[in-house]
Amino acid sequence: MTSPHLSADGVEAAKLAALEAISTAPDLEALKEVKINHVGDKSPVAKFSQELGSLDASARAEFGKIVGQAKSAIATAFEARSKVLEAQRDERVLIEERVDVSIPARRTPQGGLHPLTILTNEICDLFLGMGYRVAEGPELEAEWLNFDALNIPADHPARTMQDTFFIEPLDSHLVLRTHTSPVQVRTMLQEKPPIYVICPGRTYRADELDATHTPVFSQVEGLVIDKGITMADLKGTLDHFARSIFGPDVKTRLRSSFFPFTEPSAEVDFYFNGRWIEWGGCGMVNPKVLRAAGIDPDVYSGFAFGMGLERTLMVRHGITDMHDIVEGDTRFAQGFGTGGR
Amino acid sequence: MKVPLSWLREFAAIPADITIEALEEAFVAVGFEVEGVERQGYDLTGPLVVGKVLSAVLVEGQKKPIRYVGVDCGEADVRYVICGASNFEVGDRVVVSLPGAVLPGGFEIAARQTYGHTSNGMICSAKELGINEDHAGIIVLREGNPGDDALKLLEVKDAIFDVAVNPDRGYALSIRGLAREIAASLDVAYTDPASLVNTSGFEINDKGIQVTIEDPSTASVVYIRSIAGFDPAAPTPLWMSRRIEKCGMRSISLAVDITNYVMLELGQPLHAFDASKIDGALHIRRANQEATFVTLDGQERKLSSDNLVVADDEHALALAGTMGGLDSEVTNQTTEIAIEAARFDPITIAKNSRYHRLSSEASRRLERATDPALASISSARAVELMVAHGGAKYVGTATAGSLMEQTVIEFDPHFPAKLLGIPLGDVIVQSKLEIVGCTVENSSPLWKVSVPSWRSDLVTPTDLVEEVARLVGLNEIEGTLPIGKASTTLSPLQYRKRHVAHALATRGFSEVYNYPFVSPEMVSILGFAGARAASFTIANPMSEQAPLLRTHLLPGLLDTAKRNLSRGAKDVAIFEIGTVFRDIVKLAHVAQIGTDSRPSDDEISAIYGSVPPQPLFVGAVVAGSLDRDGWWGSGRSYEWSDAVNDALRIIEESGNQASIIQSDLAPWHPGRCAEFQVNGKAVAHAGELHPRVLEALGLPPRTCAFAVILSELDFPGQKAAPKINTMPAATQDVSLIVDAGIPAAEVERALISGAGELLETITLFDRYENLGEGKVSLAFTLVFRAPDRTLTAEEVSGYRQSAVAMASSSCAAVARA
Repeated sequence: MTSPHLSADGVEAAKLAALEAISTAPDLEALKEVKINHVGDKSPVAKFSQELGSLDASARAEFGKIVGQAKSAIATAFEARSKVLEAQRDERVLIEERVDVSIPARRTPQGGLHPLTILTNEICDLFLGMGYRVAEGPELEAEWLNFDALNIPADHPARTMQDTFFIEPLDSHLVLRTHTSPVQVRTMLQEKPPIYVICPGRTYRADELDATHTPVFSQVEGLVIDKGITMADLKGTLDHFARSIFGPDVKTRLRSSFFPFTEPSAEVDFYFNGRWIEWGGCGMVNPKVLRAAGIDPDVYSGFAFGMGLERTLMVRHGITDMHDIVEGDTRFAQGFGTGGR
Repeated sequence: MKVPLSWLREFAAIPADITIEALEEAFVAVGFEVEGVERQGYDLTGPLVVGKVLSAVLVEGQKKPIRYVGVDCGEADVRYVICGASNFEVGDRVVVSLPGAVLPGGFEIAARQTYGHTSNGMICSAKELGINEDHAGIIVLREGNPGDDALKLLEVKDAIFDVAVNPDRGYALSIRGLAREIAASLDVAYTDPASLVNTSGFEINDKGIQVTIEDPSTASVVYIRSIAGFDPAAPTPLWMSRRIEKCGMRSISLAVDITNYVMLELGQPLHAFDASKIDGALHIRRANQEATFVTLDGQERKLSSDNLVVADDEHALALAGTMGGLDSEVTNQTTEIAIEAARFDPITIAKNSRYHRLSSEASRRLERATDPALASISSARAVELMVAHGGAKYVGTATAGSLMEQTVIEFDPHFPAKLLGIPLGDVIVQSKLEIVGCTVENSSPLWKVSVPSWRSDLVTPTDLVEEVARLVGLNEIEGTLPIGKASTTLSPLQYRKRHVAHALATRGFSEVYNYPFVSPEMVSILGFAGARAASFTIANPMSEQAPLLRTHLLPGLLDTAKRNLSRGAKDVAIFEIGTVFRDIVKLAHVAQIGTDSRPSDDEISAIYGSVPPQPLFVGAVVAGSLDRDGWWGSGRSYEWSDAVNDALRIIEESGNQASIIQSDLAPWHPGRCAEFQVNGKAVAHAGELHPRVLEALGLPPRTCAFAVILSELDFPGQKAAPKINTMPAATQDVSLIVDAGIPAAEVERALISGAGELLETITLFDRYENLGEGKVSLAFTLVFRAPDRTLTAEEVSGYRQSAVAMASSSCAAVARA
């Protein structure tokens, strides 16, 4: 049975009508309608397809080809139009969803490390890399470890109440350590040379708080005891330390000085921003100190150095008032963040 | 010590054209810091001459006493000047700056019309010349002839170096010592002023005041030289008073000035007694006989029996080496003088000075050890000057004690090179030791180095190395970099400290370092009891209000939070990591332990046992928002559960598991405080603070805090990697009704134990309170997963039922329909 509708012209007409509808569909909504009318099961082309089954073989082959080509042309046109309209829709939506990204973002509250922590970590990392251990000790310390063992005898002016915080009762012989040096003594009593330690920590001296002083401050000390250690080793270590902290062009100089626990003793200065700045004290460990810790000064020699961290920070970061370091204003730590560079 | 260049030049051949900067560097190079340089007369040009006042006529009709003064300036005509000062008379000699002179500050002198006269110059005060702050009147001279160059006479142009002297170098608190150092640094000739004093004419005899030393450990040698016929009205020569003033002391009277001058020049403090006030002989002894003593500053001082005094047969006359007494001081009537020069024991003098809080020019030198040889030399020098300028006659000398034995150090000449790490030949080493004043006997490989009398600080070979080092110059040392030998990492606690600080800072907390000083008032506001009330007390605190050492971080954190809020901060989140101090362990008592050798093991454990354990805490205080309001809508406040979360994270990230129990620990809100226990030990607290505490401290309501004892948490070592199962998960919700008094954590624990080992996670997703009858509803989501198979609905439902059954039996929970 031959379908009255199935003719080459009929297929062609249906195809053209479909292509026309597709190409003029203004949006995806309209295209959906077009799909129902011209592409779907109820569309003319679909009906032609169904009719193919009733044709004889040769006619089926002939019309099958025509219908197939028409379907394919419609499908291609539909896909193409879909893509165009989808792109148009996407573009419109993205424009509609545009925001002002310069508006202050919804930020989590800002925190920060105290720069003393950042500097301490930096110094510890430097010396860890040079084969030192980070040694720490108690802030409330035995007088013997803070003074006697460091060749600071009972009548030394540093041991007066003007300089040192003592704990009641006085015969407890406890003081707030005046330097981190008792950590060195503890290390020497507990370990056998070679000793390479860096000792950061909080220290106490009875100074009034002002722009450059604070009764509670931080130090870092280094101690090396080994066979054949020389003052040249001290100088080289300080040079390396200063360059790491203040920059590659920084120079150091030693000035002869006096400390009971070192001999020879020196002050170390560094040249920064066009001037010499006092950094700390240093020297070769006094044989008396080695002997008090049971280390034979005829076999071993050593050096020690110590710096104030607040002073180091003040110079490096241009801090002009000690109050900022000790008062805990959150804006101060926030300015340093978490220590990234 | 302040030293004028002009005086140094007398003993050190300092080049004439050297700059002040070069001299500063030369001092620094040998270990003497220059704290300042005062340039006198550098901005002053003459002519400045001596003028003799011939006439002085008051100018009528002025409010101030202005005089028209005629002065003989050694010129053909009398010079007339207008002068407003009134401290001079006709016949006095004054300093006149003539037209053309320029005074400090660019003040040009010219002839000018004033008060109806022509003033042809200016009569000058010390301040106008920039040599003294004294502006009370013009300078009246006791020396000089009209027309003499006053600049020269007054030695106006000078550079005064303020040199810091380290405590081991007492000898350098003198022109003698610093001239030696600057000569050594500049490598120029030096003359020891002590070598210029001839003591041979001063024989020891029984004329004059005699002396004894009761205890040789307090003074090794003393000289008393007596003079008579001293003219108390004799003036101090201008050169001497100028030098004394340049060194920062005041000119007082000839006798006193001479003792000070000799001290400044040689370094030996002298004391001049009015010999007529001395009853019998002088005795250096302990003050065990008298209770009080009036020093020459008029203060009555309570004596301790171990104070050292110089006494006559009856009374104490001086606090030895520290300050003289009022009764025996030299006055404007004194004609007989006993000059005392002693080498006191430095520690004894330091104790004298400290006990009386009296630091004098004398004690500063004596407590740093003086040259014993100077006792004889300096007293002889003082007699010389008193004879020359005070018309005195020498009477006699007494002495007690003896010079100390000279120290001889056995010294390996290669030792300096070995310790300093630079090549140093024997010749250099020997020459540097000789510059210091040592004598070197070098005939054997081990040298014998004799130490000069003024260097009692040189005792060991290392001391000698220091001398060689500073004279060679420390900056000759080329640096080398030693590398440590141990494989090193941070300790677990050090890692933990870093991690916690970093994590909190990243989560919005600002790190602070608070002083650990706490007031008893704060302790009582916070309601600390038990271990947290067991503070150590500082004997000499910065503030009497805060003598306690912190037992917890909260006091400091709360103060700091308040400081931030008072500066306008809206939200504050701060943390501190630090040690706390609790007097809760019985401490060992340490006896005197020597330092000549390593203490015994028992002694070391006693020392360690005398120090309390000092746990490391992290603490935080938060007031205000966690997330602020903004264009996105409203934010939210930091609340008790955030504090619990933050504390819990710290504990869990340390590799520990905590159980949480309800706590009422002060100063937290008794209903909103979580205690965290690890292995049964309380290691942390977190929650909201007590409203009354917040009110008392002026902090906002709902302020939260947490504290974790970082050093109490175990160190479990390396973490085992978790097993990641990839089979599908099965989810079950459970809704239970329980008594409101039963902690959710307890219900959760029951569900976990009942659910079996395939339970992967459990989450409380709802808590509903309005059930009445003291009941609450708790809703949990349970997620199950097997490592090897997809769980069936029957299996999962069975686990759920067994979980609920456990909650029912242990918490009386009822499953909600």
